[in-house]
Parts: sequence; C-alpha cells; structure tokens
Amino acid sequence: MSQSPYDVAIIGAGIVGASCADEFARRGMSVIILDRDGIGSGATAAGMGHIVVMDDSEAQFALTRYSQQLWRALRPELPADVEYEECGTIWVAADEEEMVEVWRKHDYYAKCGVPTEVLDGKRFQQMEPNVREGMAGGLLVPQDGVLYPPCAARFLIERAQKRGANLRLGASVAQIARGEVRLSDGSNVSTKIIVNAAGCFAPELTAGIEIKKRKGHLVITDRYPGFLRHQLVELGYLKSAHSVSSDSVAFNVQPRRTGQILIGSSRQYGAEHKEVDHDILTRMLLRAQEFIPMLGPMSAVRTWTGFRAATPDKLPLIGPWPGDNSVFLASGHEGLGITTSLATARILVDQITGSKPEIPIEPYLPSRAGKEFANA
Amino acid sequence: MLNQITLTVDGAPVTVPSGAMVAVAIAIAGKACRRSVTGEPRGPVCGMGICFECRVAIDGRSHCRSCQVRCEQGMDVRTDE
Amino acid sequence: MAAAVRAAECGVEVGIVDDNATLGGQIWRGESDDGENQDAIRWSEMLRTAGVTKLCGKRVFDQPEARVLFAEGDDDLCELRYRNLILATGARERFLPFPGWTLPNVMGAGGLQAMVKSGLPIRGKRVVVGGTGPLLLAVAACLRKHGAEIPIICEQASSSMLARFSMALLAQPAKIAQGIQLKRELAGVPFAANSWPLAARGRQELESVTISRRGKSETIECDYLACGFHLVPNLELQQLLGCQIREGYVHVDEFQRTTVEGVFCAGEPTGIGGVELAIIEGQIAGLVAGGGLEKARLLFRDRDKRRRFARRLDHTFRLRPELKNLPSAETLVCRCEDVSYSRLQQQTSWRSAKLQTRCGMGPCQGRVCGPATQFLFKWEPDSVRPPVFPARVASLAALRGRSVSENGAVTRRL
Repeated sequence: MSQSPYDVAIIGAGIVGASCADEFARRGMSVIILDRDGIGSGATAAGMGHIVVMDDSEAQFALTRYSQQLWRALRPELPADVEYEECGTIWVAADEEEMVEVWRKHDYYAKCGVPTEVLDGKRFQQMEPNVREGMAGGLLVPQDGVLYPPCAARFLIERAQKRGANLRLGASVAQIARGEVRLSDGSNVSTKIIVNAAGCFAPELTAGIEIKKRKGHLVITDRYPGFLRHQLVELGYLKSAHSVSSDSVAFNVQPRRTGQILIGSSRQYGAEHKEVDHDILTRMLLRAQEFIPMLGPMSAVRTWTGFRAATPDKLPLIGPWPGDNSVFLASGHEGLGITTSLATARILVDQITGSKPEIPIEPYLPSRAGKEFANA
Repeated sequence: MLNQITLTVDGAPVTVPSGAMVAVAIAIAGKACRRSVTGEPRGPVCGMGICFECRVAIDGRSHCRSCQVRCEQGMDVRTDE
Repeated sequence: MAAAVRAAECGVEVGIVDDNATLGGQIWRGESDDGENQDAIRWSEMLRTAGVTKLCGKRVFDQPEARVLFAEGDDDLCELRYRNLILATGARERFLPFPGWTLPNVMGAGGLQAMVKSGLPIRGKRVVVGGTGPLLLAVAACLRKHGAEIPIICEQASSSMLARFSMALLAQPAKIAQGIQLKRELAGVPFAANSWPLAARGRQELESVTISRRGKSETIECDYLACGFHLVPNLELQQLLGCQIREGYVHVDEFQRTTVEGVFCAGEPTGIGGVELAIIEGQIAGLVAGGGLEKARLLFRDRDKRRRFARRLDHTFRLRPELKNLPSAETLVCRCEDVSYSRLQQQTSWRSAKLQTRCGMGPCQGRVCGPATQFLFKWEPDSVRPPVFPARVASLAALRGRSVSENGAVTRRL
C-alpha cells in the first residue's frame, strides 16, 4: 500500500514532539507522530511541569521567556486536566549573599520586561508561612506556572489530530535517514522532513548528537491543600543545574492543584538505570527538609525517576541536522522541556517554512556542535 | 464491665469500648471519614489499611488510617482533613 | 506466626513484623489476645514461648540495601537487618466497581468483619453480604454472631460450581467439620448463587442494595453491604525485592524459597489457599530458614494436599464475565483520584491510564483499582517502586541506614 509522503514525521510523542505536531499541523502540513510507547511517557511523564523563566544565559532566557508567554496565551484553551496554575516561582535566598543574586535577577528581568517582586525575609514568610523561619527573602516571578505535562502533551496531539495529523503509538523506530523512517516491525514511513524529538533517546536515532541522560528523582506527597502557594526553588538550584559532571541535589518544591506537594530535585550523570537511587533520594529529601522541616511528617505516596536530555552547553538542539538534510532535531531540553516546548515548535517550524522566528535561532542550531560545544 | 474511652470527633465527644479503632468512633459519631476529590463522603472499605478511605487527622497529624489506630482517651479526631 | 515459631525452635533469632497493632493478620485478627480461635491461641502461645521478638505497628516500606528493610511506626523508624527473610504478606480483598459502591457503609466483606472485630456496633443492623469466595460465609457467620441481621448472601459463582466445590470438600474431614459448623451458624440465612450486586443506593450513606438474582433484580433495604470478590495476593514487597512472579503469584520452590537468595515466601502470596495451607507453608519456610530441612520435608505431603484445595478455590470462585458490565460510565473506578469508568475506557494500558487520569497514583498505590482494572480491561500492572506503602518524608530521608533520630527512632539488629 503506497501513500504519498508526509510533510513531517515526528519521532517522539512527548511534550516537545506534541508541540511540534501541533505547530506543523496548524500551518497546514501533513504530520505523523511516532512513539514506541505512549503519549508523554518519557521525561514528559517524569518531570515537574514547571513553566519557568531562567536566565542562565541570554539564549536560555530568550527561549524560556518566549515559551512562557506562549503558554500563558494558550491557557484559556487548555482543558481542566492540564491543571495549569499561574502560581509563580519564588527563588529562595537563604542568606544575604543569595539576596545579592536576587537583586541581580530582579534588575535583569526588569530590563527584559519580566515582572518580578523582591521579597524580604518578612514578606517571604507571610507568603509561605510553612517554610522555616530565617530565610533572607526571595524573588517572586508571578508569571511562572505549573501544569500537568502528560495531559498537556495529549491536548496538543489531539489538536494536531483534529487538523489531520496521524498518531502511531507503540511504534518503535529503528532508523531515520533521507526521508525514510524505518520501524522495527519492518514497515516504512516516507516523509519530506523528519523531526527527532526523542529526548534522551535522540542519539539512538541520529548518531553523533551530544545528548546525555541526566537522571532526576521526584517524590509526591498526599494532599495538603494550601500548604504551599508558589513553586519554591533555592538559588543553589542554579549551581546544581550548572554542574556538568557531578551528582547534585537542590531544594525545589511545587504545590499541585490537587494539594499534593511535589518534591525535587536531583541531577546525576552516568546513571543509566531507572531504579530509585537511595543515596540521592535521601540527600534530596534532607535538603528539602532543611528549607521546610514540616515536610518531615508528611505522607510521601510515590517516588520516581526520569531522564532529562542534557547537552554540553545546556541549550537544546533545535534546527537542521548537518548530517542529513531531511532530519531536524528538537531535543536536548534538559530540565526545561515543558517550559520551552511551545517555543521550540515555533522556531523549528519557522526555520522550515521560512518565516522569521521571534527570537534568534543560532544558539540552538545543531550545527553549533563542535564549535560552542568545545567551549562549553 | 468493659472499659470505656471518650474521645472527640470533630469536637463532639464519643464514647467507645477500649480497644476500638478510631474508624469505629467516627462511625458511632455518624460521620464520614473524608470527602473524596470530587466531594463524595467516604468511609472505611478494606478495614486493613490499604484502601486509604478512612483517613482522618488524629491529634493534629493528617492522613492517619483510622481503621488501624486504636482509640485513646482524649484523642482529637477531625474528619475531612 | 507459624514460620516464626518453627524458625525460633531451630534455635535462630527471629523477629516478626506486622503493621497492625497485634499479630494475627486478617484471619486471626484479635483472636490471639481474647478470641476463641483455638489455632490462633495455640500459635500465639508458641510464639511467646519460642522467644520471638515482636514488632507490631511497623509498616515495611523499602529495602534500601541488601538484607536491610526499613519499617515505619507511628512515631519512629525501624531498620531491620536479616540473614533470612520470610514474607507472609497475606492477601487483600478484590473490589469491583458498581454504581454506588463508594457510598459510606459499602465495605469489603473482610473489611466489615474487621470493623466489627474492631468494635463497630452491628447488633440489629441489616447487612447484605455479596461478592464471591468462602470468605462471604465466614463473614456472614461472624456478623450474625455479633447480632447482625443478614437478609441474603449473594455469591456470584454458579450453583453447579459450588456443588462441585462442596463435593471436593468431602475429601477433607476438617473442612466437613467447618462446613457443618458454618451451616449451623448460618441457619435461616438466605443464600443465592448466580447472584451479584447491581447497585448500591443512598444519599449520604447506604440505604439499599439492588442485586441480580435468578435473572431479575431485587432491591433490599439495608444498613451495610459487605462485598468482596475473593482475594488477591499482596506482592508489592516481593516485587520490590525482585522475586519472580508467575501467573500472579510469587514463585517458590519446594522449600518456599523465592528466586532471591535469603528470601522466602509463604501463604497467600504463593497462591490463595486459606489458613491451613498458609500454616503449613509458613512452617516449611521457618524450618528451612532455621536449618531444619528434614523436618520441613515431613510437611510436604500435607502441603500438596492442601494445594489441591487451593486450586479448587481458584477455579470455583473465578469471576464471571457479567461482572465486567457492572460499572456505568460515571461509576468511579479509582477511589483515590475519583476516576470514572468512562475516562478509563479511553485508555489503552495501565500506564497510559495512570499518566492521563491519575488512576492508580493515589495513596492506595493501585491496590484497589489495580485488580479491578486488571479484570475490567486486562491491563497488566507496572513495576513497583519504593515506598511500597506511603511513608513519611522523614522516613524516606533516613533510608541510607543512618540512625536518624525522630522522636526516638529504633534500630534493631536481627
């Protein structure tokens, strides 16, 4: 049975693949999405669903800010089970040294048009009474939010399907090359463009991509409505996300709409197995308890792990792959996949359709590998 | 004559025989243990600590499985918390 | 308990852990202290004499390193180091959803019995007993003894299945005696085979139950519905430890050894077979763990006999397909997260159901909705992660074997 080639075949039905499918379909292209598992079953299922502006670099800021605005605009269309909450982030400063960083961020964001509010110790305590006393303060970023990623991915895919996109789950891809996607069952899909949005598995399909798995742990509690109001992240989180080689934990907790508290976060390199790593888990929970001792007696219902797709320069790969002109990459989002998924889709499709992207695309081009990667 | 214990369920005193579980005191008080996420009243189902429908706050601690906790004199039990 | 006694009699140091306030599990609940069950009393006494260390009110939730279990109490944490581990985690009831099953006073059969044994006043109350399995009769008898009125016992198995089962019981004198005893205790209580609940009705709590009987529906006013569909084994800890599971039960060799070195399993997790089989298997495991292999062998024949009974049980109380039609679109299947049947019908696997609807992600960790969805949709469950029961954040934070103090943490070496 022959069928005319698709315009786009997207490998990966996670949040990034789903966003791409939605965007390609919106612009009238024929799309097929392939995933060896279900919708959002990789890092999309495992992460915190935090939509957060980050300013580790200008490029990271540009992408996260652009994408955060896209999520805010999409909000009215999101169904209830996506559980979008604009609860804001508070970057927590434990001491005066960290308050300096708070002010730096505040000033930077102010310049870039991101509303923030500096909180002194007292104000922070009023906003989050269940955090231990003695914090120096923090930076509130009110436009940050949280959502439930597997349902967000499903929503985006369903929107794409309404515009004619095809979805094939349980379809394991063996090889992608020159417009042909060969599945493990021997069948073929012909397409003009292949988008590798396979997250930390992207290198399996496109040899030479520098993506490594960065394992994370999360714990979720039973319901404690009203216990926390904002996503709280310690400024030390940035040190944790910075490190490219060592295992680290950082205080990062999130109130879900259900009232459950999501406790993170951890980063490990070189860990390949999915099992919970007790060493890291305990370090992570002890760190969390240092900020919120009241977490101690709370009931922890589940723990799980996930793999982020990490690149050497901490920026995702969005754009054409130099080795094959039918292949484009949309992978390597590390801990910002949910946040930057919408913008990733926009700038990728802009590149392909020749539209002018809203932000410069050079920092995310796969062709930068070998240049900036060497400097990372 | 069995020993009797008095505790409070949502502020009201309830008397039970010694050895009774908190879930029993809640039933005697005519209350449901909790409200489900869509607001349905719920009570114990499995009686052995696995269904979690009997969760209540006991002496300030949330999410205690009342079918497995013995009543003690003066306990403060709050449903739907 | 049987395992602990026999192991201790071999001269090894034995500890027994249970999350309930007293030993005895579900079958001997409350019996060891002030009950009438002679077996329970006997084994409790032997346990005392044998010098077994009892750790009650402690719930095992993880094994962070080889041969170390962590158990959580109300205010403390226990680190249990072992050379040999015997898992006798028992079984729980299988619950199937039907309209109104979430109303207060709709409980499991064993669930209501447990509540009554825990002090729930039942005298003069009307209790419909339904579902499947020999537990129904035992529960009905117990409730009646406590003064409940039982309008009917509804057993979904067919009369012919039950007749064949009764014939098989004649081969076992002990069972005949039990059977006669039960008949006496349940004299006058209507019993219907080929019968099952269709709906439970009431506003704030149960007021009536509609059952299917002889192809027609009948509504019965009542105060409680004690409804359970036989038993499913508690396998979570075994799965966490990596024991091989075959056809839904822990695979063990003739010495009750699992595929993990140093870990034994006895009783319902190896096959639902009732009290007598569990006691034999427990003894075998205890003897082997204590080094008494020859004594263990002496029990093999008895065990084989009772295993035949177990297979009969399985066969007789198999769930009929009509039970798949019980839930309506709005009937909740996952009680922790209030996920309806219709939402689950759109999912293709347990994992996608979890991710998209949160079914199975609540505190029961799928213990209630898992067996139900397995029956309704044939979904295979996931792998198990710690904690196998919800545990305090502080307890999880202590898992690295450090003796972290929390209102008096307890560390015991076994």
